[in-house]
Amino acid sequence: MTVAFRNRATTPVSPAPAQKDIALDDATASRLLEAGISRRRFLSYCAGLASIMALPQSMVPRLAAAATSPTKPSVVWLPFQECTGCTESMVNSFAFSGGATIENLILNLISLDYHETLMAAAGDRSEQRLKEVTKSGHILIVDGSIPAPWDGSQRNGYFISGGRSGAKRFEAAARTARLVIAVGTCASFGGLPKANPNPTGALSIGALMTRLGIKTPLINVSGCPPIPEVMTGVILYYLAKGMPALDSQGRPVMFYGDTVHDDCYREEFFEDGPFVQQFDDGVSRKGGCLYKVGCKGPVTHNACSRIRWNQGTSFPMMSGHGCIGCAEPDFWDGLNFEGKQGFYIPLGTGSGHSRGMPCETCHSDGGGDDDDDDDDD
Amino acid sequence: MATTTTSTIVIDPVTRIEGHLRIQAYAETSDGKSGKITQPALSSSTMVRGLEIILRGRDPRDAWAFTQRICGVCTVVHGLTSVRAVENAIGIKVPRNADYIRNMMIGAQYVHDHVMHFYHLHALDWVDVVSALKANPASTAALTKLNNPAYKPNNGALPDAAYFQSVLNKLNGLVSRGQLGLFANGYWGHPAYKLSPEENLLLVSHYLEALAWAREVVKLHTVFGGKDPHPNLVVGGMPCTLSTNTGAVNEEIGGTSLNTAGLTLIKTAVAKMKSFVDQVYMPDVVLVAKRYKAWASIGATAGNFLSYGEFPDPKLVKQEFVDGAIDYPSGYVFPPGVIWAGALGKLEPFDEQRVTEDVTHAWYQRGSSQAVHPSRGWTVLDYRGPPPDGTAYMLKESDAYSWIKSPRYDGQPMEVGPLAHILTMHARGTQPTDKLVRRFVQQIWTNPASNGGLGLRFDQLNSTLGRIFCRMLETKIIADQMAGRTADKAAGTPAYPGWYQLYYSNRAGAYWNPETFRRLQQPTLWPNNGIGFGFTEAPRGALGHWIDINPGTGMIDNYECVVASGWNAGPRDAGGTPGPYETALQGHVLADLSQPLEVLRTIHSFDPCIGCAVHIIDANGTPLVQVNLNHGAGPLTKISCAAGSV
Repeated sequence: MTVAFRNRATTPVSPAPAQKDIALDDATASRLLEAGISRRRFLSYCAGLASIMALPQSMVPRLAAAATSPTKPSVVWLPFQECTGCTESMVNSFAFSGGATIENLILNLISLDYHETLMAAAGDRSEQRLKEVTKSGHILIVDGSIPAPWDGSQRNGYFISGGRSGAKRFEAAARTARLVIAVGTCASFGGLPKANPNPTGALSIGALMTRLGIKTPLINVSGCPPIPEVMTGVILYYLAKGMPALDSQGRPVMFYGDTVHDDCYREEFFEDGPFVQQFDDGVSRKGGCLYKVGCKGPVTHNACSRIRWNQGTSFPMMSGHGCIGCAEPDFWDGLNFEGKQGFYIPLGTGSGHSRGMPCETCHSDGGGDDDDDDDDD
Repeated sequence: MATTTTSTIVIDPVTRIEGHLRIQAYAETSDGKSGKITQPALSSSTMVRGLEIILRGRDPRDAWAFTQRICGVCTVVHGLTSVRAVENAIGIKVPRNADYIRNMMIGAQYVHDHVMHFYHLHALDWVDVVSALKANPASTAALTKLNNPAYKPNNGALPDAAYFQSVLNKLNGLVSRGQLGLFANGYWGHPAYKLSPEENLLLVSHYLEALAWAREVVKLHTVFGGKDPHPNLVVGGMPCTLSTNTGAVNEEIGGTSLNTAGLTLIKTAVAKMKSFVDQVYMPDVVLVAKRYKAWASIGATAGNFLSYGEFPDPKLVKQEFVDGAIDYPSGYVFPPGVIWAGALGKLEPFDEQRVTEDVTHAWYQRGSSQAVHPSRGWTVLDYRGPPPDGTAYMLKESDAYSWIKSPRYDGQPMEVGPLAHILTMHARGTQPTDKLVRRFVQQIWTNPASNGGLGLRFDQLNSTLGRIFCRMLETKIIADQMAGRTADKAAGTPAYPGWYQLYYSNRAGAYWNPETFRRLQQPTLWPNNGIGFGFTEAPRGALGHWIDINPGTGMIDNYECVVASGWNAGPRDAGGTPGPYETALQGHVLADLSQPLEVLRTIHSFDPCIGCAVHIIDANGTPLVQVNLNHGAGPLTKISCAAGSV
C-alpha cells in the first residue's frame, strides 16, 4: 500500500521576521505608538498571522489597519446547546500584560458586547443589552446547536433562555447581523447533540438558517473546540478583506483546506512505517504513525498540526493520541474499517484512494494549486 | 404597620456561569424598592442535550470523548470519570505514571478553574469596575506592595503608578469610545459594593493578568493531552508517552510531546500555578473577605455535605497493573465521606446505595412517585413548562421546572464542592494535607482580627463567603501537592516533593496497560459482568458515572451520570424540600429589587456548571444495576448486577 500524501514542511508557523519594506499608513502607525507597541514587533506579528492564513505578505498592511482600527466592530456571542469549550478555547487567545501586548490587540480588535460567560450584566440587564447590541451591523458568533423551532405539539422545550426558545432567540439576533460565525462543530454541523439518535432534534446553525429563511452570510469554524487562532484569524480576515473562500462545508479554506494528516510530522511514517500497534509501545515512544490505533487525520480538515494548540505547544498526535476527527460533520457517528464506529477503529485500508473515494473526500474540495499533487495518486 | 407585597425576582439568563440557568426568587417588600427573600427560591436549568441516550450502543473506549463534552470547563474530569468507569467495569488497572499524570491534569483543572472563577466569573459581584476609574494609581501601587509583595508582573518589577495608569487608560478608553463591551450594564454603584477605588483597580488588574496566566498553565493539559480544552485520554492509562527523541519533534526522527521541552513546560506550568495562587489569589481572597465579612452569615445551605474522594496516592501502587489506584484505596487527598448538619467535625462513611434521584419537579416522564437509585431512573424527555416566546414566561414550584433532577442522600439534599472538600479534610485530620487545612482555617478564618485573621466562627464556613474561602484553600492545597512543599512546623507536616517530581523520577515507566483493549473482548474476565462505576471529585464536587457494558456485543447498554451541579442546583423533591441553591437564597436582604446583586453573589459562590448538571439516566425503568461500594479501608469497589438487560 503506498499512498502518496503530500510531504510538507512540518515546523509550526511562528511569526516571520518583519519585512522592512512593508509600509503602514500614518494613522495605523500613530495608533501603535499610542498603544506602546513597536512597529517592528507588530509587523512581525501580522506577518505571522498572514503566514498562518496562507495570505500574501502584501496583505500585512490591511491586517495591521484592521487590527488597530479605532472603531471596533460589535461582536455578539450567543450560546445554545453547548459545553462552553469554545469559549474556553477563545479565552486562551486572550493575553494581557500591563495593557500593551500584541495579542491584546486581538482582544481589542472587537468590542465583545454580549457574552454570557464573561459579561458583568445578568438577567434583565443582559437581556436589555442583547436587544441594544443586535439592532444591526453586528457580527453574531454562535456556539452550540439549536433544537428545531418550538412546536407546541412536541413540547420540545430543550432550550429556553430568557423565556425564549433557542430558534427565536437566534433568529432575532441573526436577521439583523452582517455575518454569522458558527463556532465549533455543534454550531457548524450539529455536533454532539445531533449524534445518533439526536434526542433533542438538534440542528446546525446553517440548517436552522435554511429552515427560517435567514440569508445572512455564514462561516463555519468547526472543531471541538476550534483552535483559538483560527477563530481570531477568521474575524481579522473578515474585517480586513471580507468573506474568505469557503469549502463545501462552509469553512474557510485557509484553515480547513488541508487535512491534519497533510501537515503531521508523523506523516512520513504513514508511508514507510513504523506504525504504532498499541499505546505506549516502542514505536509510540519514537513517534510512529497512529493510523492503526484509529487516527482520523487523513480525513479531517483542520489546522491542528500546522498551528498546534495553546501557543504551539502540541497537538493530539504529538501527544500520542490519534485525531478523533472533531472538525468534520457527524464525526461522532463516522464509520471506519469494516463499517465500525469508534475512535480506536482504523480508517478503511489504504485510506480513501484505494477504496475509490474521490480526492475531495479527504483533501480540500475544488483541488486548488496546493492539491495538484494529490490528483496524481 | 406597612403592608408587604411579594415581588418575584427573575434572573434569566444567570450570566458568568457555565451553561443555562434561571433563578426565580420571592422577596417581601414594603416600599417596592428593597426587600427580603423569605422563602426558598426556584432554580431551573433550561437546556438539555440527552447525552446518555446518545451513548447507548457505542464502543466503551469512546465514551470519555462524549462525556468530556458534557462540559468544556470541566474538560478533564468528565472524561476521566468515564475512563475510570470503564476500567472498573473490565477490571483494568492503570500504571503509576497514569495516576500521577491524571492527578496533575485534574489538579491543573482545579487551579485554572478556581482562579478563573474568582477573577472572571465571581469578582464583578464584589469589584465595582466603575469605582476603579476613581482610583489613584500611586495609592494602588502602595496597596499592591502590601497585599501582593511578591507578585511582579510589571516586566519583573512590582506594579508601579505607571502600570496602574495604563490599566486606567484602558478602562477609560472603553468608556470614552462608549464601547464598554463585557462591562456594560453591570450593577455599578450598587450600595452593596464595599471596596475602595484602589482595591477595585487592583483586582481589575488581576482580572486582566489572570487571563494571561491562565493560558500559560493550561499548557500542562496540552503536553499530556494534545490540546485544551478537551485533551485526549484513553482507557487503561494515558495516550502520551515519553519521547525517545529528547529534542524537538520532526519528520525524520519523530518524537513525542514528552521531550525535554514538554517536560520543562509542565514543570514551569506547575510552578506558575503555585506562585500565582500564593502571590495573588490567596491574598486577594483574604482582602475581599475582610471587606465582606457579613457574607459569612449569608447563603448557608441545610448543612449536609458529600464527597466521593479524589487524588489517589500513586505511591500506594505496589505492583503496576496488579493493585493500582483503580481500586480506590484509602490515601485520597480529598476523603470520601458525608458530613451531617450539626456535626461538622464528624466524617461518616459514604454509602452509594443511599443515593436517590427524584423527578417530581424535573422535566422527565415520571415512572413512580418515589425517589429511586440512579441506576433505576427514567429518561424520557418531557418538557411540561409553559410555552416559550410569549410575553410572560414564569415557572411554578408546584410544577416541574428544571432539566435537573433532585439527587438526595438518605433523602436529604447535600451540598458538594470546595466547602465539602475542606470540611471532610478538616474532619479527617490524619493526612498532612488535612493538617494544613486545619492550620489555614485557624490562621485565616477563625483567628481574631487582632491577629490578622477574619475572626469568624468555624461553622460560618457554611456561607457565601465560606465557599469562596474554601475554594481558595483547596486550590492552595492542590497547587502545593503538584509543585511540592517544604516542611511546615506549625502544621506539623513534612516536606513533600510534589506530583510533578514524583512523575518525573518515574517518567521512563509505563503509561498504559497493554491488556486493556484485549480485556474489552474477554467478558469472562470482567469482574461484574460489565457494570462499572467511576468517580472523581470535580472542582464543583462529587461526580459519578455508571456504565453497563453488554458482554455479548462489548458495547454500552446503559450509561448514567450523577454530577456535582446536579446536587447543588437541583429543584425541590417530592416532599417539597428545596435544593441547596434554593435554600441558600432564603434570608437575603436586597437593597434594590431591580438590581439583585446579592442573589448573584450567592449563586456564583457555588460556581454553577449547568451543562454538567443536566443529564439523563436509565431509559426503561428496569433495575439494570445494583451497585455496592466499599470506600475507605476496603480494597475493592464491589459492584454487582442484579438484573441483566436485553
